[in-house]
Amino acid sequence: MSDDAPEPLIHARGLVKRFGDFVAVDGIDLDVMPGEAFGFLGPNGAGKSSTMRMIGCVSPPSEGTLRILGLDPRTQGPRIRAKLGVVPQLDTLDLELTVRENLLIYGRYFGLPRAVARERGDQLLDFVQLLDRADDTVEPLSGGMKRRLTIARSLINEPQLLLLDEPTTGLDPQARHVVWDRLFRLKQQGVTLVLTTHYMDEAEQLCDRLVVMDKGKFAAEGSPRDLIERYSSRDVVELRFALGENEVAAEKLAGLGDRIEVLPDRVLLYTADGDGCLSEVHNRALAPLSTLVRRSTLEDVFLRLTGRSLVD
Amino acid sequence: MTSASFAPVLRSYSYWLTVYRRTWRGTIVTGVLSPVMFLAAMGVGLGSLVKGGSGNAGTDGLTYLQFVAPGLLAATAMQIVSFEATYPVLGSFKWIRNYHAAAATPLTSSAILAGHLLWMATRAAMASGIYLAAIAAFGAIRTPLAVLALPVCVLVGMAFAAPITAFAGSRDRDSGFAALQRFIIVPMFLFSGVFFNVTQLPAVIRPVAYITPLWHGVRLTRDLTTGQLEPGAAWQIPLHVLYLAALVAVGVVIARRVYRDKLAN
Repeated sequence: MSDDAPEPLIHARGLVKRFGDFVAVDGIDLDVMPGEAFGFLGPNGAGKSSTMRMIGCVSPPSEGTLRILGLDPRTQGPRIRAKLGVVPQLDTLDLELTVRENLLIYGRYFGLPRAVARERGDQLLDFVQLLDRADDTVEPLSGGMKRRLTIARSLINEPQLLLLDEPTTGLDPQARHVVWDRLFRLKQQGVTLVLTTHYMDEAEQLCDRLVVMDKGKFAAEGSPRDLIERYSSRDVVELRFALGENEVAAEKLAGLGDRIEVLPDRVLLYTADGDGCLSEVHNRALAPLSTLVRRSTLEDVFLRLTGRSLVD
Repeated sequence: MTSASFAPVLRSYSYWLTVYRRTWRGTIVTGVLSPVMFLAAMGVGLGSLVKGGSGNAGTDGLTYLQFVAPGLLAATAMQIVSFEATYPVLGSFKWIRNYHAAAATPLTSSAILAGHLLWMATRAAMASGIYLAAIAAFGAIRTPLAVLALPVCVLVGMAFAAPITAFAGSRDRDSGFAALQRFIIVPMFLFSGVFFNVTQLPAVIRPVAYITPLWHGVRLTRDLTTGQLEPGAAWQIPLHVLYLAALVAVGVVIARRVYRDKLAN
């Protein structure tokens, strides 16, 4: 790294978070540069939210080095938080107050003069397409609108770094796309985004770089394309056989593709050439009930790295 | 506290002010109706049956209205914060989660707590102020010293608010709050010298009355609205104040720890 390289907004080395005997985050190293959109992927309990809370300076690290915007969260929490925007996993809006009041209160928390908070608040409501609801109470708003309001609120202090914990969980597809669109615009304006998600399409849409977290550690790190190349094949062939015939079929498929995975309801062939692979399947006189050739996705990477067993 | 560290407290406080703007009308109506009803029923109605004997056995030579009014005044501060320090505190952690929203900003957990406590003090002052005015309207105030009963009521309120906030903040559910009312607030209301001198209680349970914060509060408010000190009892006044202040201090220390554990762990 040369001397004039920008300083990372987030810098972590050997970061650990423990709750009693439970190790939520188990020694992670991380650098997020200005302007990046960085994602944490992982199943529930992987340590994403604990990491986000440490970055958001509401949870002191148990061990390791952490610098946010060049400052130490252990001693400079309020100064750092003054420059962060946070979209928490659970909405923390006041449902009985109006949309605008929610923004004004938040502006007060940051010490903004009332007039500034008001003007900025209205600009932000316009940005998230809620200006016409400014004087309505929050209660009757849809989930997507509440999410957009939370995003508007997180921007009231013009943060250098925006932290989003599962920004679109629980939203319908239309609402998700509106949120993604707004986040993409923020990214284009140069706002650094750090988000957690367990939606692979969200990660592919928004993140320049991401890590897959599992059991408190980073299982993999890279751009979405990197990760697919490294941990999966270009194509995936999905084959469905009659009930109970998957295992038998898999034996006959041996040697096809880079890797075979037998699931209860289908067999997956990971290969560089899906169509070629599928014609080879037919050459071997196998007759699957249905077939699908598709591109590999982050989901394939994710399931390979974190396993298919259910995490509760 | 320096002015630099007080600004965040006011920011936290302003949240409660904003929320109150939605509900103030209802609280004013209750705030006026409640003293009028209690003073009329207890002071005037029931009081007509009470022959004000002298000394500790009676009403210290006061009319019953004069006797009971300062007791009800102090009890009001207790009752108002026993609500403000329970459901809104738990709700701020668990339901509305406004504490968590504030904790993501430059506000510290201590500032969030202090702002809310300051708001409870405001509510105690408002309710007690209205009550004091009602007592004056009933003609049961005998000295200008009575205005000092207002800060005393705020102190009484905080002697309950701080420990109850610590308790409520450490709860995960609201199930303890009904028990708090039933086993602590209501018995104190009945047996801490509001309606009769605690010297009327059997000797074995009298010490229990003496450790209740409400008893100390009632002693102070009664001295201040009637201007009638027990002979040789003036030295007890600073002790009552210190006792109440100590409860505030203990409550704040515990509540700070609870808030830090929940908002910054």
